[in-house]
Order: sequence, then C-alpha cells, then structure tokens
Amino acid sequence: MTNPLVEAVDASRRFSRKLDYAEKIANLFGAGLEEKTVHAVDGVNLTVYPGEVVGLVGESGCGKSTLGRIMAGIMPTSDGEVRWQGKSLAALQGDEKRAMRLSAQMIFQDPMSTLNPRKRVIDLIGEAPKVHGIVKGREVRDYVASLTERVGLDASYLDRYPHQFSGGQRQRIGIARALAVKPKLLVCDESVAALDVSIQAQILNLFMDLKREFGLTYLFISHDLGVVKHICDRVVVMYLGRVVESATPDELFDNPKHPYTQALIRELPSVTDRRRVFTPIKGEIPSPLHPPPGCHFHPRCPKAFDRCRVERPVLKKNGPGHISACHLNDLSATETKNATAETAI
Amino acid sequence: MTPVLEVRNLSTHFMTRRGVLKAVDDVSFTVGQREIVGLVGESGSGKSITGFSILGLVDPPGRVVNGQILFNGDDLLKMSPTAMRTIRGKRIAMIFQDPMMTLNPVLSVGTQMIETVQAHDRVSRAEARARSRDALGLVGIPSPEERLDSYPHQFSGGMRQRVAIAIALLHRPDLIIADEPTTALDVTIQSQILFEIKRLAAEFGMALIWISHDLGVVAALADRIMVMYAGRIVEAGQVDGVLSEPRHPYTSGLLSAVPAAVPRGEPLRPIPGFAPSPLSRPSGCAFRDRCARATDICATEPMLEIAAGREFRCFHPHLWSAA
Repeated sequence: MTNPLVEAVDASRRFSRKLDYAEKIANLFGAGLEEKTVHAVDGVNLTVYPGEVVGLVGESGCGKSTLGRIMAGIMPTSDGEVRWQGKSLAALQGDEKRAMRLSAQMIFQDPMSTLNPRKRVIDLIGEAPKVHGIVKGREVRDYVASLTERVGLDASYLDRYPHQFSGGQRQRIGIARALAVKPKLLVCDESVAALDVSIQAQILNLFMDLKREFGLTYLFISHDLGVVKHICDRVVVMYLGRVVESATPDELFDNPKHPYTQALIRELPSVTDRRRVFTPIKGEIPSPLHPPPGCHFHPRCPKAFDRCRVERPVLKKNGPGHISACHLNDLSATETKNATAETAI
Repeated sequence: MTPVLEVRNLSTHFMTRRGVLKAVDDVSFTVGQREIVGLVGESGSGKSITGFSILGLVDPPGRVVNGQILFNGDDLLKMSPTAMRTIRGKRIAMIFQDPMMTLNPVLSVGTQMIETVQAHDRVSRAEARARSRDALGLVGIPSPEERLDSYPHQFSGGMRQRVAIAIALLHRPDLIIADEPTTALDVTIQSQILFEIKRLAAEFGMALIWISHDLGVVAALADRIMVMYAGRIVEAGQVDGVLSEPRHPYTSGLLSAVPAAVPRGEPLRPIPGFAPSPLSRPSGCAFRDRCARATDICATEPMLEIAAGREFRCFHPHLWSAA
C-alpha cells in the first residue's frame, strides 16, 4: 500500500478558557472554580492516502472543522501528532515546513469572509504564488488568468473586487486561490453548504474535475451526507470529538453499524424517498464542555445498555475498510459465538 | 371549503436607485384549510418576500404594487395598520430562519411570550404565563416552567427554534408562514422539528406555508408544492406529482441537480448558468437562457396553464404519458 499523505495519530485538541481575575479571587475564598475545557477533538486517528477523497461528516460542534484545521497544519494539536508524508508536523523545520504548508490548502464555507474585500481578484489569487516564488512578478497576470479560466471564471474579471461576484463565483475565486500554490491536499470545510443546489452541483463537478487533472487529495468536511456520499471514497462520521464510524460510502449507507450513523442516514431528507413519518432520535447534542461519560452518544441512543455509560467504545473492524466504535459490535460477536456453540452441541 | 388564504396577482417591487426590482411578480396561489404548502426556490427567487408581503412586513423601498391577499375572504392589503395588527401574530404567525435574530436577547423567553399573549388577549399575567408554559411544553421543551425564566442565549439552536414555534402557536393561528426554519439546524434536530410541526399542524388544524430551498424537506412535509423562479411561480401542484413528473424544465433541472440524482462518482447535472439579476430579467420566460428546451417563442410571456390540478408557465413542458 502507498504511504499515507497525512495522518492524525491519537490527535486531540482542547480549548480552555483561563480563569479571569475575579474568578481567581473567588477561588481564594474557596469558590472552587475550574477552567472550562472543550475537547473539540478527542484522540482521533485518521489516515488520508494520496489521491483519496475522504469525507468527514457530523453535526455542528462535533469537531470536524477543528480536525480539518489540524490536518491542514494551521492549528497545532494538544496531544498526539499529525504526520505529513510520515514526518511529524511539529518536527518540520524551514523549507520543509514551508513546502508542507503550501501543499495543504483550505477552502472555507463563506468566501465573503475569507476574501479580503479591498483586494482585486488578481491580488487575491496572485499574491501567494508570487511571494513563494512559484511565478515571476510579470507572469502573475497570465498565471492567474489561466487559473481563473480553469475554475470557470472569465479572465476579464481579474480587476474586480469580491463584492462584485455572486456566491458561487466567489467560491470559485477561493478555489483558484488554493490551487495557485500547487497544493497536494485540499481541506474543504463546508465549501458548498451555502450554495443553491444547482450552483452546488457546478462546484462539486469542478472539485471532481480538478482532482483528476491535478491529482489532488481531498479532506471534504460537510454535514450533508448526500454530498459526501456522492464524491467521497471513504466517509468518516464524527460525534462529539470522536470518530464513531468509517467506511466506503456504499458500505456506510447500506450497512451502517453505529446507531448514530443509522439515525443520520434515516433522517436525511430525500426527494426520491417521500417518507411521511419522521422518527427522530431524542435529545440534543450534549455540550462538549461536559461530554457524557463512556460512549458520548449513549444518552440519545435507543440501544444503550449499562456498559455504554461507563466504558468508551474503541474502533473495531466490521468488515473490509469498515470500522465503528460501538459496544453493540462485541454483543453481536458474542451472540453469534454463542449461537455457533449451541449448534455445535 | 373556502381557502384560508388566496393570493391574487401579487406583485411586490423594490424601487431602488438602479431601477425597479421585481422581487415578486404576478404571483397567485391559494392555501386551503389544514393544508401544508411548500414554497421552494433558489436564493433571490422571491419566496421570502412573498411571505413578508402576506404579513405586510415589506419595508420601503419595497412596496406591494398590485394584487389582492384574501385571508378568510378579507383583503389584507386594504386593511388599516391597526386592523392588520389584530391579525398579525394572532391569525397569521411567522417563524423565521434565525431565532437568535427574532428573539430579544435581553428579555427572558417568558417575558417575550407573555407580551405576545397580552398583545392580543386581555388576560392576567398569570394566565398568560400558564399559556406560555403550555406552549413550550407542546413543542417538546423539557421542564417548561423553569425554561420560561431562561434567556435566548441559554437555549441551543434547535431549542431556540422550538421557542419561536411555541410563540407562533400561542394564539392558535389559522396560518403559519415558516421561512426556512430548519435550514440552520443539524439533520437530527431538523428531523425533530419537522416531526413536531407536522404533529402540531394536524392537531390544531393549522395551514402552513413552508418556505425552503430544500426539496427533500418539502417532499417529506408538504401536501402541495410551489416552485418559484425569478419572482414567479413557475410550477405548482401536489408534491408527489410535481416531484415525480415535473412539467417545467426548471423544476426538473432542480431535481436532477441533487447528488442523489446520478450514480455515485459521476458528474452532477447542474442547471447551466446563473439566475438572472432581478434588475434585468429577460422578457418572456425568465428561465429561457438556461433552458435546453427554449425556442424563439419563449421570448414572449408564457401563460399559466392549468391541467389536472397542476399549474405551470411553459411553452415546452415535459410530457408524461398519462397513466
């Protein structure tokens, strides 16, 4: 098997708020206040191979964006490490580090807040390749023109400002900007979530064309299972900072193992399946400030039993390329074992 | 049975410095009693402005320039502001996309709900509070008595939307207009809200206009669907019929642009081009520049055709063999 392009090894990311002055004084009088810590990403292992499209799905607050940022190298880990082509990001130095940073680019959800409103398209896209010596100063215009044409924007737009474009066009500018530094990995964080359905289809097609043309690898973060199913080779489902299931899209949709994945797939509104009954799972997504013990999903899980409340389930293999973290896996394994034992007797 | 709402030839225009923006252009539809109608379209198609026009919430430079909005037979557009206030919030309620923008952040939820009750009914504060508590319970908020004293920021997104729905339900309106109320919510939470809305609408016999860009949500919820494009309703009919046998090329274009419409990994089939700017819409059929079926005749205005409970505006509709 080829070597991984990027991998997260037991990566965790915590955000904590330090006690302020008043709280420290209150503590002197015995208030017993503690720092609030959010475990945004909690011991995640994720490997992305070159040329792969990996989908990362989950609901808001599950840590998918944080994991994406960690893997793109724009946010450090609290524990564990991220390896780029086998080398720990923390250990990279100088040129090697710069090369890695250029090789991993992000595309965000809202291009209006990631494109500087005071810069023209030519500068937005052309600045990075010029600074990094990818093109010479006087060739920038041609270079940017070829990029914008590649992403489906007319080259006559180079001197316009971001506000003069529609949402779909702005997203194309964001894509061209990421491509300008010749990346290997694109981390797309909800890149099509804000777009209308027909524009979304245009951008998704563009992503797939670019992958073929430039041999790109994608980490595609989305809450939309329909989109992820369509373009990804592998889908990773997260819940409250942890990976709960990972499989190929066909396997995941046909044979979901984790009750949370099952619920997500069941509740996906679909035009073709005009089901009139909703069977929602109960409860809210718990606050990541106080995640429930054991399996994070157990308070909402219809199949939870005692063990789920105390013990964190580990990811186990369910089949080729299919892993899930659920205690039901062990249960069904012992049940089948008992069943075979009975037939043996 | 008389319809709850009958909109006739509604046009809402915005008089901007760059010209007249026809946000809603000659729109007519009815909503029957207890009926759930889905109003779908892409951003800028005029679906929200249609909702605002019904409630008289269009601000200058926008103005309803033409049409009638008959609510239980009375024309809302001819009503005095005072008379309109007795209807808005009591007989017709609205739920918006972002409850954080519509709930007052410095007042507790209870205070806001009691205000809403007392705005229309002369009841004691205690009774208003009791009604508010019951409404919160109805929409599935746990321990409603305590939650009345909470502030909007203490609720999660899904719970805030439930509060907004509870406020809309306070006066048991005949009609609720819901403008993308689940768009900002997660799938599992959206599913809970859709479940509650469907249950409550049936329980209280309310009619519902559900504005959304998500065909999947409307497919699961609505009885009838109306598709808007560039300020006009281009197709309307029963949900099953419109989604399985669309007549208008725009409807079929929307349906085939979703990822589920093609096998995995194959190129998607987006509608080519962009929606026209509302300031410079082409004459005739506004969709003709993006339409594969368009011919010269499309430069003239397509008339509304009505056939077997289906309405559409197109010279070259898809034909489906009669079953």
